[in-house]
Amino acid sequence: MSILVFAEHDNSSLKQATLSVLAAAKEIGGDIDVLVAGDNCSAVAEEAAKAEGVNKVLLAENAVYGHNLGENLGQLVAEVGNGYSHIMAAAGTTGKDFMPRVAALLDVAQVSDIMGVVDADTFVRPIYAGNAIATVKSKDSTKVITVRPTAFDPVSGEGGSASVENIDVVKDAGVSSFVSEELAKSDRPDLASAGIVISGGRGMQNGENFKMLEQIADLLGAAVGASRAAVDAGFVPNDMQVGQTGKIVAPQLYLAVGISGAIQHLAGMGDSKVIAAINKDEEAPIFQVADYGLVADLFEAVPELEEELKKVL
Amino acid sequence: MKVLVAVKRVIDYNVKVRVKPDNSGVDLANVKMAMNPFCEIAVEEAVRLKEKGVASEIVVVSIGPKAAQEQIRTALALGADRGIHVQTDEEVQSLEAAKLLKAVVEKEEPKMVILGKQSIDSDNNQTGQMLAALTGMGQGTFASEVVVEGEKVNVTREIDGGLMTLSLDLPAVVTTDLRLNEPRYASLPNIMKAKKKPLDATTPDDLGVDISPRLETVKVEAPASRKAGIMVEDVAQLVDKLKNEAKVI
Repeated sequence: MSILVFAEHDNSSLKQATLSVLAAAKEIGGDIDVLVAGDNCSAVAEEAAKAEGVNKVLLAENAVYGHNLGENLGQLVAEVGNGYSHIMAAAGTTGKDFMPRVAALLDVAQVSDIMGVVDADTFVRPIYAGNAIATVKSKDSTKVITVRPTAFDPVSGEGGSASVENIDVVKDAGVSSFVSEELAKSDRPDLASAGIVISGGRGMQNGENFKMLEQIADLLGAAVGASRAAVDAGFVPNDMQVGQTGKIVAPQLYLAVGISGAIQHLAGMGDSKVIAAINKDEEAPIFQVADYGLVADLFEAVPELEEELKKVL
Repeated sequence: MKVLVAVKRVIDYNVKVRVKPDNSGVDLANVKMAMNPFCEIAVEEAVRLKEKGVASEIVVVSIGPKAAQEQIRTALALGADRGIHVQTDEEVQSLEAAKLLKAVVEKEEPKMVILGKQSIDSDNNQTGQMLAALTGMGQGTFASEVVVEGEKVNVTREIDGGLMTLSLDLPAVVTTDLRLNEPRYASLPNIMKAKKKPLDATTPDDLGVDISPRLETVKVEAPASRKAGIMVEDVAQLVDKLKNEAKVI
């Protein structure tokens, strides 16, 4: 068995999610190669070479890979990946974008968002927003797989000493080009990999009130998230959304504030180690999954929480 | 320009999903079905493009059993001009759906194909990208804004950490994310009018596509349920529990 893992990165450093994909690859077993595609990204290749269990790093450096255009990555990965038994990437917005193209070009199915490995052909994945868990078996010779990073404990990013091999494969589909990017600038940790997440829902009433949560997030070193209701209401941008249609998180602590706990939201945070919830409605479904529940008006409880945290931290 | 919109019939968003006792799948008997919510956003975007004078004709296509015609009629009531139903009672997986849509694209030659980014049943998030790859089109996935300018379309995409804008040559594939628009409701007169709009039927055989599934579902189970914990009295007790019992802060 030979596995190609696509490295997710920003051209300067490797994303943590890649280490979780490597963990999933390790469960399948076999030689694991990592593909680093980007523009001026040799530092990423060196970082990937140090990750645990990597056999070889393939480095494709070219401006055409600089912005993760799905058309170009799809062609590259389909060509480089042809002959591997498994091609794997994190189920983030990059992997979700180009991996189905890889599968289509190779004429194989894709297994999306796996959360478990049964054997080399059989995988566990959520369907219906996580309200059902399917075990699926692939009949294709090459398995194209996206991995839910929070479902696999990352391998160590240190200790490995794989070789780095430059590959000269330039694929420019010529049908798309990068125009601009608007990334939220934040000193807070990334929502998908943060150890603590504090999220607000419709109960926050407006975007301005999310500042209360940000202050607590800064005390705890937490990321700030939101329910779909809060996004739909226009309080906060969509990249903060936790749930079936947003980000899947599994932090050590998930603090839900003013979130009722619709099934679509629970699908995005139900694997958190500890869930705490503050809601004024004692019937809110969030309390059925919370380890600690507090029935209170959030506009009183959140400032109080800030004070209490200052005392103990 | 002609716009093709693909819509899928799925379990209604508000229905509580139940796994069958024999673990063969999800129980869909006598369950309310509806148009996939992301597909509704796709239809709405096409209708808005037509209202702006950018789109000249909207063709809506659905793959599935006879009953999927309900979802095509819904799209026609929302403003699509005609429908194509690819009728099959078999399970159609993403790659095969993309191949069927490719066959429709080759016949219809639309300038843009709009799909939902994922369906809320299989949650695969694949078909639009596969269709784009099979037809050699560029793709604007997880779109939050679509602006057509001449022979190109600028698509703003929801990506991890923010937004990215791409310029794509037409024809192109667009898949919709939540914030792209807020779908309208169909009015009663439009629902009546939709009944008279043309709806053609075809089959995978007619389109020359083998739809045998590549993925076998071994079993479907209910997720491990999480037990409710305890209710705390006040904020001080909450902080104490998080710090000293759960040890997570």
